[in-house]
Amino acid sequence: AASLLSVSLRLCLGISITAWLTLLFVFIIVPAVLGVSFGIRRLYMRTLLKIFAWATSRMEMGAKEKNQQLHKPYSNGIIAKESPSSLQQELQELRGSASCPRSEPEFEMADIFYFCRRGVESILDDEVTKRFSAQELESWNLLTRSNYNFRHISLRLTVLWGLGVLIRYGILLPLRVTLAITGISLLVVLTTLVGFLPNRELRFYLSEKVHLMCFRICVRALTAIITYHNRENKPKNGGICVSNHTTPIDVIILANDGCYSMVGQVHGGLMGMMQRAMVKSSPHIWFERSEVKDRHLVAKRLSDHVADKTKQPILIFPEGTCINNTSVMMFKKGSFEIACTVYPVAIKYDPRFGDAFWNSSKFGLVNYLLRMMSSWAIVCSVWYLPPMNREEGEDAMQFANRVKAAIAAQGGLVDLIWDGGLKRAKVKDAFKEEQQKLYSKVLVGEQDEGEQSDDMHLEDENQEEDENPEDESNQDSTKGQ
Amino acid sequence: MGFNGTSPLLDQRGELRPEDFGAIRELSMNPIGDRIISAFFSPGKETVDFASFVRILAHFHPTETSRSRDGVQPEPANSRTRKLKFAFQLYDQDRDGKISREELLQVLRTMLEMQVTEEQLQSIAERAIQEADLDQDDAISFDEFRKSLEKVDIDHKMSIRFLS
Repeated sequence: AASLLSVSLRLCLGISITAWLTLLFVFIIVPAVLGVSFGIRRLYMRTLLKIFAWATSRMEMGAKEKNQQLHKPYSNGIIAKESPSSLQQELQELRGSASCPRSEPEFEMADIFYFCRRGVESILDDEVTKRFSAQELESWNLLTRSNYNFRHISLRLTVLWGLGVLIRYGILLPLRVTLAITGISLLVVLTTLVGFLPNRELRFYLSEKVHLMCFRICVRALTAIITYHNRENKPKNGGICVSNHTTPIDVIILANDGCYSMVGQVHGGLMGMMQRAMVKSSPHIWFERSEVKDRHLVAKRLSDHVADKTKQPILIFPEGTCINNTSVMMFKKGSFEIACTVYPVAIKYDPRFGDAFWNSSKFGLVNYLLRMMSSWAIVCSVWYLPPMNREEGEDAMQFANRVKAAIAAQGGLVDLIWDGGLKRAKVKDAFKEEQQKLYSKVLVGEQDEGEQSDDMHLEDENQEEDENPEDESNQDSTKGQ
Repeated sequence: MGFNGTSPLLDQRGELRPEDFGAIRELSMNPIGDRIISAFFSPGKETVDFASFVRILAHFHPTETSRSRDGVQPEPANSRTRKLKFAFQLYDQDRDGKISREELLQVLRTMLEMQVTEEQLQSIAERAIQEADLDQDDAISFDEFRKSLEKVDIDHKMSIRFLS
């Protein structure tokens, strides 16, 4: 009887695994290879939205019963910030109401109010620090990690949440991990094989197909639901594609729809193996650690690449680090110094289904990927913006800012002048000096100072970008192998 | 920021230290940032708890939102006088009730640092004291401070409107 039981169990297991794999193959792998879609993911997304709305309304009802308020995140900040006026203007206003106007500018006791208020406003809600942590959500998406209203969960909600956990960790996660492993292995194996082909034309053609196919599988491994807008503006050969940076997954999102040459530092372990395989069939640009510091070498390799019109566009993330997708921070000017067309791309993630932001100070890469794979989905929109070129009389920094403004406008992100490097580094004294300079001008009038820079960052900020433009290399990530 | 919410400054014990304020990037840029930070901490104490934190922030409530009180109630934190007192203490670091010439020079130094020469600093301070010092004791008392700011719209300039 025991042997019968074990045999039947093994049979069941065998059948279910076969069924599982068949389903996987038919519904996921084949469409990925062919580049078609059944629309299953969008149906899934709509269903989820309905469930989230229901969950939030239950919580609100629960809260009302107890006569309490739900904690609602303030998407526009906690305090009303008046439209930013310059230091000069503010001080004029302060003084205008004070004593009679003088012949020459002087110190007023009231001046301190300006700095004082600015300081306390910063304490309450500053523009920079909050960009380095995940955005808060308006409605709950059944993930514990984004819930701030634990107290108001009823029994029905808890059951729903438990069901959600089962589905996400029991079904979705194994499925996705399987897909990811498939995708990555295929990438490594096939690109190596393609690299052996002698015929150049054939090699290019096949390498494109292989890259696209494997990234499509990876996209399905994350259940990423991507909407591409304005595809007529897709980056062309001999150009550079720049985009805002939220997560390492950005690369997969973009490579799903087109072939790019990637730029990065050589890693060890699994990442390194992938890099070595990929470069056999397609001219990606990988830098040794030592080469990264040499700005001229980096610039030269990039320029050589774009000069060759048969090579694919380069993909670069000029922010240099992951930002939480509510804003775009300072672009490092290195990529904008190369003389070629720039194709800006804006990526905006929908945080309702899973926050894609990688907070590298909180989570390592593997931990982050696990969280991604156990979210409901990753939903994002990609806008291809019209190509831009550096204009006459524009320097690299101004060009970079122009591109940044276009990306921010399209993606609905806040355009900040701050350096993403502030995530790790302390604020340089140069910023404070800038404030002091502005104030001293009010007091003692114009003295012959050097060049005037309207921007809050100073030139020496940009020396930091001789780290390479793509981000992962600088994180303390170890795809631990 | 939300002290008790998802604040990046949240300390495990529900208290803040001066270093925690240092994490706010915009504050590091402010020339008198350090003074503002120390305004939150009572003299001699190294931590501030939530209640005290809120009491200090209450100074910045817009004046018109305070309900009118009769003379018996203690003065609300966001009254004009209290706002003035807060600003006064930014100058008067040793809390002796007077802004001495040296204290004024110190403030000017932090606000201007390397942008002006020492002589210019001295002359600016000299003029400021002469203007405000009515009883000629070479220091500015709180009343003199208040008088010199009679016409300034403090309620507006020292208020932060909270979105609800």
